[in-house]
Amino acid sequence: MIELRGVRRVFELGGHSVHALREINLEVPRGEYLSVMGPSGSGKSTLLNILGCLDRPTAGTYRLDGDEVGSLDEKTLSHIRGHRIGFVFQSFHLVPRLTAFGNVELPMVFAGIPRSERAERVKTALRSVGLLERADHQPAQLSGGERQRVAIARAVVMSPKVLLADEPTGNLDSVSGGEVVALLERMNAEGLTLIVVTHDSGLGGRAHRRVRMADGVVIEDSAR
Amino acid sequence: MNPLDLVRFSAGALTGHRLRTGLSLLGVAIGVSSVILLTSLGEGARIYVTGEFSSLGTNLLIITPGKNETLGDVGLRGLGVTREMTLEDAEQLRRRVPQLRAVAPIVLGQVRARYGERERVTSIAGTTPEFAAMRRIHMRTGRYLPAGETTLGQRVCVMGPKLERDLFASESALGKMVQIGDERFRVIGVWAPRGVALGSDLDEVAHVPVAAALRMFNREGLSEIHAEVVSHEEIEAARAKAVKVFKDLHEDVEDVTVVTQGSIVGSLTKILGALTAGLAGIAAVSLGVAGIGIMNVMLVSVSERTREIGLLKALGVTPSQVIAAFLVEAALLASMGGLAGVLFGSFGTRLVRSLYPTFPMTPPEWAVGAALGVSVTVGLLFGVLPAWRASRLDPVAALQKR
Repeated sequence: MIELRGVRRVFELGGHSVHALREINLEVPRGEYLSVMGPSGSGKSTLLNILGCLDRPTAGTYRLDGDEVGSLDEKTLSHIRGHRIGFVFQSFHLVPRLTAFGNVELPMVFAGIPRSERAERVKTALRSVGLLERADHQPAQLSGGERQRVAIARAVVMSPKVLLADEPTGNLDSVSGGEVVALLERMNAEGLTLIVVTHDSGLGGRAHRRVRMADGVVIEDSAR
Repeated sequence: MNPLDLVRFSAGALTGHRLRTGLSLLGVAIGVSSVILLTSLGEGARIYVTGEFSSLGTNLLIITPGKNETLGDVGLRGLGVTREMTLEDAEQLRRRVPQLRAVAPIVLGQVRARYGERERVTSIAGTTPEFAAMRRIHMRTGRYLPAGETTLGQRVCVMGPKLERDLFASESALGKMVQIGDERFRVIGVWAPRGVALGSDLDEVAHVPVAAALRMFNREGLSEIHAEVVSHEEIEAARAKAVKVFKDLHEDVEDVTVVTQGSIVGSLTKILGALTAGLAGIAAVSLGVAGIGIMNVMLVSVSERTREIGLLKALGVTPSQVIAAFLVEAALLASMGGLAGVLFGSFGTRLVRSLYPTFPMTPPEWAVGAALGVSVTVGLLFGVLPAWRASRLDPVAALQKR
């Protein structure tokens, strides 16, 4: 359960204030499939960063499963990012020197999960994205769609409750984009809360609930 | 997290940039090997010099005229009258100090020596047969100076093989008459090669009876008296007794210096130890430079891997884990470089030893450990700033960096 109350985010840039988010109120129940759409500069990426605990609101409250997140220290936020949230980025963000296996394993390495358990979970995650046989390939040896599927395996390997996807198909052709979307929607069908940020209305329109933003405010919410 | 996983992760990051990693390893290796090589040089010099001194005989007292403490105060010393040490003094020493096994009066000087057409300036030592026993001089042909005379000054001499060759070419010197100074001496012996001690060639010297040398240089005072003590334990007692004897003989004025072989070796050890430390200090500068190299590489690594650091933070890696990862990376660079340096260094000392077998170039025991320890410390120290920078990166900005 995600709960934003009166969330603002103001950046101080060169002496004047930029209001990226003004007065956002949003509730996302568990298991929802939500898309956030809007032109660039509308504040949708800032919203995603706050939802992912990568950024803190300037004002307002953000509750994640009842915990007030805005006031937590960096270490606790790291723990929340590691255990409760999965990220999927437009540019995949795979570590080039690591294999697909190593990339999926990465969050578990730093979370201190034992080696043998890690291997099992990596295999399960790679199998679920259909890339088990590519486990020992490095990112450079994979196609764009395969890279994003590895990134999705990495995002879900810690069994988060929420999956945040920022333009997940932005760097992909329509075929592999379609595969990635199908995969994300399957994860959602299995109970994961899925929030997709995009300016692609074809992708955004697929979500059960669609939020449209402009100039830092929500201008349209299909649930209301 | 498991420390082994941390090391594996950091090592992976290093092997991702082989050239950069290799160059900074080389920097550390050069620093560490220069510490080892330079301290080995100093330590080798110490072992060499003290070894040379010990080869002169270890239970030796060396008595020289004048008081050593006033050596720096030349003006004052000129005012007082320093009594010379005489043959009689040496005889008294022999009689009154029971701890002495042998006493050899010595007169040193330089003089022209000639045989036929061949002549050269040579060092002359006037002494007694006791000197040969003390210094373990072995005769190759003939015999050493005759025993039982200190005042007669017979015109006989013994010489080193090099002087023999210089004066007699391929002839044997034994039984020949050689002109030394104003007198002619019969060569009664040539000793087996003794080598070089403290930079002077012992085989270019001729020995004559002490009275002959006094006559030759027209003096009454001895240059030195060497005395051998019966055992190592008696050295201090013998020294004190000798000082006292001279005080009695010289109207209650302490005007000789009695040094023991041990004290000479001791002060040389001190001087050469300081030399070694100085060399280590110079070499440590290159370790410092290597540390800056590590910092540079780590800063480049942090800025190049900004996106990766952003990703790690998004994946839940804590700031202290980011610091740990980069510090481990710096420590790995430093310790691997240090190990390579130890290898280079020991290879270098081996090479020098095989080229100059007489020079005992050895790394002092502390040097290897210290060099390794210092390099890892330097690596960690210079790794702190880059690691701290990495941990402070804002994840949003880091992820967006192109």
